Amino acid sequence: MNRDRLLRRSVALVAAAGLALTAAACSSSSGSSDGGDKGGSADAAAPLDPNTKVTLSIDCEPPVTKAAERKQWEDDIKEFNKQYPNVTINAKDASPCEEPPAFTAQLKGKTQPDVFYSYFTDLNQVLDEDGAEDISAYVNEKTVPALKDIDPSVLATLKSDGKLYGLPTSNYKMGLLYNRKLFTQAGLDPDKPPTTWPEVREAAKKIAALGNGVNGYGDYSATNQGGWHFTAELYGLGGSMTTEDGKKAAFNTAEGKQVLQNLYDMRWTDNSMGATQGLKWPDLMTQMSSDKLGMYIGAPDDITYMVQTLKGKYEDYGMGPMIGGKGALLGGNDYLFKKGSTPDQIKAGIAWINFKYLTVGKGQFQYSRNKADGLPVGLPQPAFFTGASLEADNKAKAADATVPVANYAPFINTPVPGKTEPANAQQIYKVLDNAVSGVLTDKGAGVDKLLSDAETQVNQVLASLQ
Amino acid sequence: MRQTLRRNVTAHGFLLGALLCFALFSWYPMIREIVMSFQRTKRGHTRWVGLDNLDLLTQDPAFWQAWRNTLLFTVLALALGFAVPFVVAIVLNELRHAKGYLRVLVYLPVMMPPVASVLLFKYFYDPGYGLFNNILHTLHLPTSAWLNSSDTAMISVVIAATWMNMGGATLIYLAALQTIPGELYEAAELDGAGLLRRIWHVTIPQTRLILSLLLLLQIVATMQVFVEPYLLTGGNGPQGSTTTVVYLIYQYAFNFNNYGAASALGLVLLLVLAAFSAVYVRLSRNND
Repeated sequence: MNRDRLLRRSVALVAAAGLALTAAACSSSSGSSDGGDKGGSADAAAPLDPNTKVTLSIDCEPPVTKAAERKQWEDDIKEFNKQYPNVTINAKDASPCEEPPAFTAQLKGKTQPDVFYSYFTDLNQVLDEDGAEDISAYVNEKTVPALKDIDPSVLATLKSDGKLYGLPTSNYKMGLLYNRKLFTQAGLDPDKPPTTWPEVREAAKKIAALGNGVNGYGDYSATNQGGWHFTAELYGLGGSMTTEDGKKAAFNTAEGKQVLQNLYDMRWTDNSMGATQGLKWPDLMTQMSSDKLGMYIGAPDDITYMVQTLKGKYEDYGMGPMIGGKGALLGGNDYLFKKGSTPDQIKAGIAWINFKYLTVGKGQFQYSRNKADGLPVGLPQPAFFTGASLEADNKAKAADATVPVANYAPFINTPVPGKTEPANAQQIYKVLDNAVSGVLTDKGAGVDKLLSDAETQVNQVLASLQ
Repeated sequence: MRQTLRRNVTAHGFLLGALLCFALFSWYPMIREIVMSFQRTKRGHTRWVGLDNLDLLTQDPAFWQAWRNTLLFTVLALALGFAVPFVVAIVLNELRHAKGYLRVLVYLPVMMPPVASVLLFKYFYDPGYGLFNNILHTLHLPTSAWLNSSDTAMISVVIAATWMNMGGATLIYLAALQTIPGELYEAAELDGAGLLRRIWHVTIPQTRLILSLLLLLQIVATMQVFVEPYLLTGGNGPQGSTTTVVYLIYQYAFNFNNYGAASALGLVLLLVLAAFSAVYVRLSRNND
């Protein structure tokens, strides 16, 4: 190598190293994205002083394609600003509100907004990235008047080591979604959905017998969603995915075997699940909205998706309680507060969330407005209120209902205790995907072996995560 | 020296732009990935963990399955994706009529957005109403579960990937074939060589350089397969039969939020491909 070439290479390397270091230095800096008053208030427990000037960024503004929701959001900001004229909300629209890969990258780059949307199951991930502020001191009955009526099990999902990090905006419990039109065609009573697995099997057989590519029951088995639905079905039978300390698998039980055996029997013995498997969200909704699927396990907001996106009809869908009735997987979404937010930004964020999502008769609970805007009223979601707030909300909802509320009566009238997803859920679901896809794609599959292999693998994965 | 610098200031200016782009979007992420391979982040604290991330990966049963699947995909994709375009190129080169139309037809799938191609194949493969099973059924042949069986999922992915990507390789082969002097074939024919012997003794030796370059590029590309299995089977496939190394990296990074393990797996893949490329280049040089 001659000297000139060596010199050129050295210069290039030094330049590259310098740039890399500069970029590293840039990327490691963090802080509030939109500024705001950095002074903060002395009393964290006090509500936001309306005279305080504060700016905060917040995501999950409905996109312009959802015209009614977008208009409501903008109207709500105007209404909110009447009480807090000095709060400037910089909204960022998104649909869906969270894309897990983008969310992960956002946390890594610390570019999340001051108040950011997340799923209940994201809290651990957010805390691992040191991405959220502890808001325990800010949340009380002065700042969130309906606090005492929010289901404690919902708030528990937003706590870690006793500290509260977020406020819920919606939640759900899973149950049995079914196509009432197909139920009627198959000679089943659409007001009495099955509540046990033998009943589901019988109903699925009758629906599949309609022919023309109609399946009686459907389930996911790809992108970790097979594991997710296995968990929901196991909870329904009273099982658990892991031991209480989360260190060992606990699904290789009679209940776990029953879940897989049910699926195997419906797929291969009854042929009521069809040959097309490897399904993932939203395949089951697509099938049901085109009247090709009788039943599946899902959440109430699937109905909204089937109607608003897939052009189904509310009257065609019903919802029953989780099969087995011993537990229903619960989930939902919330807003968290970015680490480094000022006290005033946190207070302003709480005030906005309280106004938009947690006050009966306002924001998302302003049912007369929803009705006028053509949005559904009467679905059993969100369902985090208890006590007086629940009563008032139910009354208001019934007065303006636009969907056939009676279709969800079996679900509402048979409350099933909610149960959260296990820790390290995605790692566990990935393994269980193989067991679920095994029974749905392999006629020679052995339930016992699939489950014991999954148990060994989950134990290995959990041990490596300790 | 100063005069040379002044004379080349424009060139250096352009070079700086390219250097900046490479530094920010290639070199820095690569260095960062190597660093992160040896780190773990928990509750906001990042610490050095040595080879723990690699240890975690090797304890994941999906790790070895992903490598087996990736190697299987590579072997199958080469068997189909290397041979088929070469044969198609030879056929196209021999044709006297409609050459232009056929070349466009062969290249057309490359111009289709990958997602559209994959969705098309998803429909073809459907065991109920899919095109392939309908054809097999019409011909009174046994149908297949295609993507719905752990036995056939990977080969189904390979067929779709070959169809989607073969146009580019075919055109490169075709360009190489057209540089072979016609006299060589005439001489071979005079010596009594048939079609296969002409291919073996003239075509392949004359295109050896391009064949070996494409082989290397295809192995590197197929080992990094992600889009096709992700869209066709959701990544895992029946009983994990289409989980590839890059899909596992994706899972660790975006579903498990474990960037350390994802980076470590990326580093392992990089090292494997670099080692393979080095051995391949050395062997090719020796053969030359």
